[in-house]
Amino acid sequence: MNKTLTVNSSPHIKDSINTTNIMLDVIIALIPAMIISIYLFSYIAAVIIAVTVVSSVFFEWIYNLATKQKQSAGDLSAVVTGILLALNLPPSASSIWLGAVGSLIAIIIVKMIFGGIGHNIFNPAMAARVFLTVAFSSQMTSWISTGADAVSTATPLAMAGNGIVTSNLDLFLGNVPGCIGETSALALLLGLAWLLIRKIITLDIPLTYVATVAVFALLIGQDPLFHILSGGLLIGAVFMATDYVTSPMTRKGKIIFGFGLGIITMGIRVYGNLPEGVSFAILFMNVLVPLIDRYTIPRSFGGVKKKNA
Amino acid sequence: MKKPWKEFTKGIIRENPIFVLVLGMCPTLAVTTSAENGLGMGAAATVVLLGSNIVIALLRKVIPDKIRIPAYITIIAGFVTVIQLLLKAYLPDLDKALGIFIPLIVVNCIILARAEMFASKNNVGYSILDALGMGVGFTLALLLIGSIREILGSGTIFGMDVSFGVIPQATLFILPAGGFLILGLLMALYNKLTKGKSQVVDCATCPVPCHTVSKEVS
Repeated sequence: MNKTLTVNSSPHIKDSINTTNIMLDVIIALIPAMIISIYLFSYIAAVIIAVTVVSSVFFEWIYNLATKQKQSAGDLSAVVTGILLALNLPPSASSIWLGAVGSLIAIIIVKMIFGGIGHNIFNPAMAARVFLTVAFSSQMTSWISTGADAVSTATPLAMAGNGIVTSNLDLFLGNVPGCIGETSALALLLGLAWLLIRKIITLDIPLTYVATVAVFALLIGQDPLFHILSGGLLIGAVFMATDYVTSPMTRKGKIIFGFGLGIITMGIRVYGNLPEGVSFAILFMNVLVPLIDRYTIPRSFGGVKKKNA
Repeated sequence: MKKPWKEFTKGIIRENPIFVLVLGMCPTLAVTTSAENGLGMGAAATVVLLGSNIVIALLRKVIPDKIRIPAYITIIAGFVTVIQLLLKAYLPDLDKALGIFIPLIVVNCIILARAEMFASKNNVGYSILDALGMGVGFTLALLLIGSIREILGSGTIFGMDVSFGVIPQATLFILPAGGFLILGLLMALYNKLTKGKSQVVDCATCPVPCHTVSKEVS
C-alpha cells in the first residue's frame, strides 16, 4: 500500500488559512482599540485586558483537560474572546474580577459546553457581557471619565437621555466615559480597515447595521452621527456581529442580520429603559441565525429558480 | 424485597421527575429562588402526591376509564386544598412565598403523570413507594436548584449569610433567567454523571399517556 496517496473527496487544494491565522488578524485589528484604551483609562485597562485574556485561555485549557478532549486553548480564539470581553467592561477596579467571572461564563458555559468553537449559538464575549450586566448591574455601570483625575460619571448615551450633549469629535476620538474599548470610534475603524484589507470580514453586516441605525435616528429626528459613534455600536458592529460562528453565511442573510441588529439596538436605545441595546440586539439576532440561514440558502449553480408552490 | 426498593429509588435517580422526566417545570423554575422555598414546594407536592397515589390506587377499579382524568383531578384538588389550609394556618410565611404555586399543584404534571402511569395500574403498597420516591426526587432537585440560586443570587443559604460580606451577589440567579441557566447546567451535569444509567424515555416508558389518548380519539 502506498501510504503517500490520499484518497478522499474534495476539496483537494488547501489554503494556509486556519482558525489561528484568522484569530491572529482579529487580534491585530484590536490593537489600536487596546492602545487607546490604555492611553485613556491608564494602567487599569491593561490589567483588565491581561486578566481577562489569561483567564479565558486558562478556562478553555482546563475544560479540555477535565473532559479529556483535544486541546484547543492554543488556537487564539479564547484570546480574542478575552480581549473583546475586556474591551466591553467598565474601566474600574471591580472589572478585574468581573473579567475573570465573565471569562468563565464565556468560555465554559457559552462556548465549550455547546461543543467548542464553531458550535456555540451565542457570541461568547457578548453573552458573558450580558450575563455580567444582568448579574452585577451596579458594578457593570460604574463609569469614570477619561484622563488622569478620573471621577465617576455617566456615559454619553445615558447623559443624552437627560438632555446633555456630548461633542461628536470627542466621541470619535474616544475621549468619553464608557467601556474600556468601545469609546474610540477612530481605533475601531482602524481595526475594521485591517479586517477588510485582510479579507477576514465583509462589509455587509457592519454597513447594514450602522446604516439602519442612522436611518432610524434620522426618521425620529435625532442626530444619526451621535448614535453611530456612541455606546458599543461600532465595536459590536465590527467585531461582535461579524463573528463567523454566530452570524449568517450568505450575503442576503448578513443584510437581514444587520438590519435586525439596527432596529433592535435603536428600539432599546430610544424606547427601552436601558441606555444601550447593542449587546441585547446581538444576542437576540444570534438566536435567529439558524433560521436566517435556513431561508437564505442560495440557488445552486445552474439550478432552476424555485417556482412559487 | 428487591422490587419495592426499586420502586422507591427509581424516582430519585433513574426517573428523577426534574432531570430525567422533565415534568413540573413551572414550579421548578418559579419558586426555587431560595433553598427554603424549594424545600417547601417539594414537601407540599410530596404530601399531595402521596395522598393522591393512595386514593387513586384504592379506587382504580371503581373509577370508570372514560372519566378518570376528572376523577384524578378532583382527588388531587382535595389534597391540595388540605395542604393549602395547613400552610396558611401553620407556615404563613412559606405560604406567602409560594403564592399561586400551591393551588397550581392541582395541575402539576408529576402528580397527574404518576396517577395515570402508576397508581391507576398498581396496588396501594407500590403506589406509596412510587409517590415517596418521586416526591423525594422532586424535593431533592428543587432543594438543589434553590440552594444554588440562593447562594449565588442572595449570598445566603436558608437565610444564613455565606458571602462573608465580600462575595458580591449575582442578582441574575434569583431572576427567571438564572433559574433556566441553573436548571440547564444541572441537567447537563446529571446526564454526564448518569450516562447510560438513567432510563431512556421511549413510547413504552413515556409518562405522557398518549397511547390511551389516541385510543379515545379513534
